[in-house]
Amino acid sequence: MSSIIDIKGVSKSFGGVLANTDVSMQVETGGITGLIGPNGSGKTTLFNSIVGYHPIDSGSIRFEGKEISKLPVQSIARLGLLRTFQQTRIYGAMNGVENMLISLPHRKMRFFDSFGRNSKKDYERADMLLDFVGLYEKRYLQSGSLSFGQQKLLEFAMALMNEPTVLLLDEPTAGINPTLINGLIDRLKKANTEFGITLFIIEHNMRVIMNMADTIYCLAHGKLLAQGTPEEIQGDQRVVDAYLGAH
Amino acid sequence: MKKSIFYALLLAITLVAPFVFPDFRTQLATLWLMIVVAMTWDMTGGQMGYNSLGNIFFYGTGMYVAALISIGLVHDVGFYNNAARSELMTFTDAQYFTGAIVGIIGAGLFCAITAVVIGYLTFGLRGPYFAIGTLGVAIAAGELVANWDWVGGGQGIALPVYPGNLDVGKLFFYFLFAGTGVALFIFLKWLYTTRFGAAINAIRDDEEKAEAMGIHTLRYKLTTWAMAAFFVGVVGGISAFQLIHFEPLETAYQTINLGIFMVVCVLLGGKGTLWGPIIGAILFHVIKEVTWNYLLGWQWVALGALIVITVVYFQDGVMGWLMHKKPEWFGIRVERKEAPQ
Repeated sequence: MSSIIDIKGVSKSFGGVLANTDVSMQVETGGITGLIGPNGSGKTTLFNSIVGYHPIDSGSIRFEGKEISKLPVQSIARLGLLRTFQQTRIYGAMNGVENMLISLPHRKMRFFDSFGRNSKKDYERADMLLDFVGLYEKRYLQSGSLSFGQQKLLEFAMALMNEPTVLLLDEPTAGINPTLINGLIDRLKKANTEFGITLFIIEHNMRVIMNMADTIYCLAHGKLLAQGTPEEIQGDQRVVDAYLGAH
Repeated sequence: MKKSIFYALLLAITLVAPFVFPDFRTQLATLWLMIVVAMTWDMTGGQMGYNSLGNIFFYGTGMYVAALISIGLVHDVGFYNNAARSELMTFTDAQYFTGAIVGIIGAGLFCAITAVVIGYLTFGLRGPYFAIGTLGVAIAAGELVANWDWVGGGQGIALPVYPGNLDVGKLFFYFLFAGTGVALFIFLKWLYTTRFGAAINAIRDDEEKAEAMGIHTLRYKLTTWAMAAFFVGVVGGISAFQLIHFEPLETAYQTINLGIFMVVCVLLGGKGTLWGPIIGAILFHVIKEVTWNYLLGWQWVALGALIVITVVYFQDGVMGWLMHKKPEWFGIRVERKEAPQ
């Protein structure tokens, strides 16, 4: 398999804190890759580095073979590499449908297209995806008034609306009602298989990530600790130790 | 259908008002000026979340550019502004009207270009820093112009009086302001339904998210401010001819008067709505005129109190209050999924 994101020797420090040290990993095209690690192990920092949120100190990040470590956030997003936020971010004053429509892929638009209105097809796609995440009935409510879990689902739907090639999800199940988690796993898998979106997921819920991912990377103290299939990771004593605090 | 009757009625009132109340022609013209500056302020302040305190810069600049163009078409500008306007410095009717029209449009275009330049420098600032940054631009511009002799320095510029009957002149200016206001309203009513409108709303709600979704944020911000600046420049230009004489600090770059009034109008009427700035401008103008007439001496205190009350107790304005009371009027609803057909 070929890799769509190729991270080589990435280091990032904030003052004296080494958030990432010499991290290398590959995200396979068309697959689901997991990223786990105890709190503060540098997972979100790595995500932020990939999407251009801050410059990295050293190393290289390639997306579809193109070096992106020096590009700004918007340019990377327009390449089709999108992320969702751990602290869910949606446009609170707009309703669900508006949130969806503004998420249409701007990389496919020219400047004067922005003075057009959304087509019937756009509305249908918005409704379809809102239905897909189970928010159809609440689509005309101000999205700021939705619960945290619902906002999270909306953010996921918005990301799908953007038709990304790769989607980076930062803890998609955190704050979601446990009874809904199975439904979410199904949807994530469908996004991967039916919409053909490569997923790269940070997740704390082991049941979720072990269920979905093809490959899992584990970070601890900013360094890559282990990598392998879910079975290999589950059987890796270093990973167990890291989570129990022995590391 | 109901809506088109409503709009037709409003248009009829606009057309008839200066004839029904001939004594209030200048007042009504000023009301339209307030409506235009409030609506343009809301484009960035309400719809895009960038609270500019410097929009008055475009008003002042519009005045100067319009005046200078109309003078420059006929006379030597430096000489005109410093020669105490002798008898030789006259304008024919044709020169007056050509100068006014070319000047006013030129003022709008100049301000739009300036907005792109200033925006490029200031849109890196967020929240209060943007407000203070833009306020700084307006204050600095006033001081610079006041010390520039070629444009009349602190004395300002005196333009020719409207040729012909002055009552007709008042009508002329009323319809210039009203026409700009109606054009702006139609423009914004359309703009806010396009993807462009949605994009600037997204910038307001969460600019970082908008960036992460790949929206060209800077491009949208510059375009929005340039469009707002165009209309402020145009009404600035009209004001220059209406006022005949203006000076830089109190009239053109009047940061503490019109510069603040436009913000108060929007807050009073409701930020981020199409009608809010209009309702706010009307309310504010009426309150202002009443206090000026009946509370003379205390008018600034009354106005200050109004600002404090609005900001503390009535932040969402008239439209925000309505939206809270009657959410269904604004399409906020729960909709059950229809059965498949």
